[in-house]
Amino acid sequence: MKFKAEIDIMPLKALLDPQGKAVTSSLKNLDLSEIDNVRIGKHISLEIEADSKEAASAKVEEACKRLLANQVMESFEFELEEIA
Amino acid sequence: MKFGVITFPGSNCDQDMVYVLETILEQEVVQLWHKDHDLKGVDFVVLPGGFSYGDYLRSGAIANYSPLMKEVREFAEKGGFVLGICNGFQILCESGLLPGTLLHNDHQKFTCKNVFLKADNNSSLINREVPLDEVLNIPIAHAEGRYYASEETLKEINANNQVIYRYCDADGNVTADSNPNGSLENIAGVCNKAGNVFGMMPHPERAADPELGNTDGLTILKSILAAVPA
Repeated sequence: MKFKAEIDIMPLKALLDPQGKAVTSSLKNLDLSEIDNVRIGKHISLEIEADSKEAASAKVEEACKRLLANQVMESFEFELEEIA
Repeated sequence: MKFGVITFPGSNCDQDMVYVLETILEQEVVQLWHKDHDLKGVDFVVLPGGFSYGDYLRSGAIANYSPLMKEVREFAEKGGFVLGICNGFQILCESGLLPGTLLHNDHQKFTCKNVFLKADNNSSLINREVPLDEVLNIPIAHAEGRYYASEETLKEINANNQVIYRYCDADGNVTADSNPNGSLENIAGVCNKAGNVFGMMPHPERAADPELGNTDGLTILKSILAAVPA
């Protein structure tokens, strides 16, 4: 079975996100002052072969922990969908 | 002492480091390629600055899984000396050999300038010979140098004297204004608990040749030599 994972990686809430802060102030310059607290992370999609959704989920989790996210500074979450 | 300087794809301070160790400090140096699996019997491994793998994903994240890093990890776990400068520091944090991580500078700009730093203590090889009242003028050149660690880790590294250098002003005062990137507690470099793995954002190798008019970096590099038998 083949699955597709859609992974979101975000800076931890406790951390200053200078990129998000700069974008927040830029949006205010566009008269969109209602918008606040922009935070910018990464979206990663990948495909994975596995015997079950559980097995695929375990592999994606391992990929996130070992390489895709650095848990000292980032959190991650993902959704899996069977594609074949 | 026999040094090994690793080149990753995108390293750009490796030859500066080789030059300073070999020509200025007259040490034996071997150049190591990240795809090899052999540390060639070196006593001290250096991970130089640069932009390994184009800083893809996160600075240092992909270099951490370069083939030679397996040997570096084993070498460090057996007590071998490892120093990471700038991108090398980022790689060592990614590998877990050093505590904490390096975030985007708080002002979001790449910063290339001389800054002041001083040794926080004299507990490790890399600051043992550096007088605590001596202010060193050393260049930094990075966009991701904001040292960050959890509150718990921070407490631990302070208690264990694992902070090796802090940013300060010209008079040696550790102030918010002298912090070039928003690092927690002005931390410029740290070592592991065992005291054999070191990382720092400033570049001592760029302040080591008399021709360049600043040799403050030699104070740091000579501390290594003074403490380790030849």
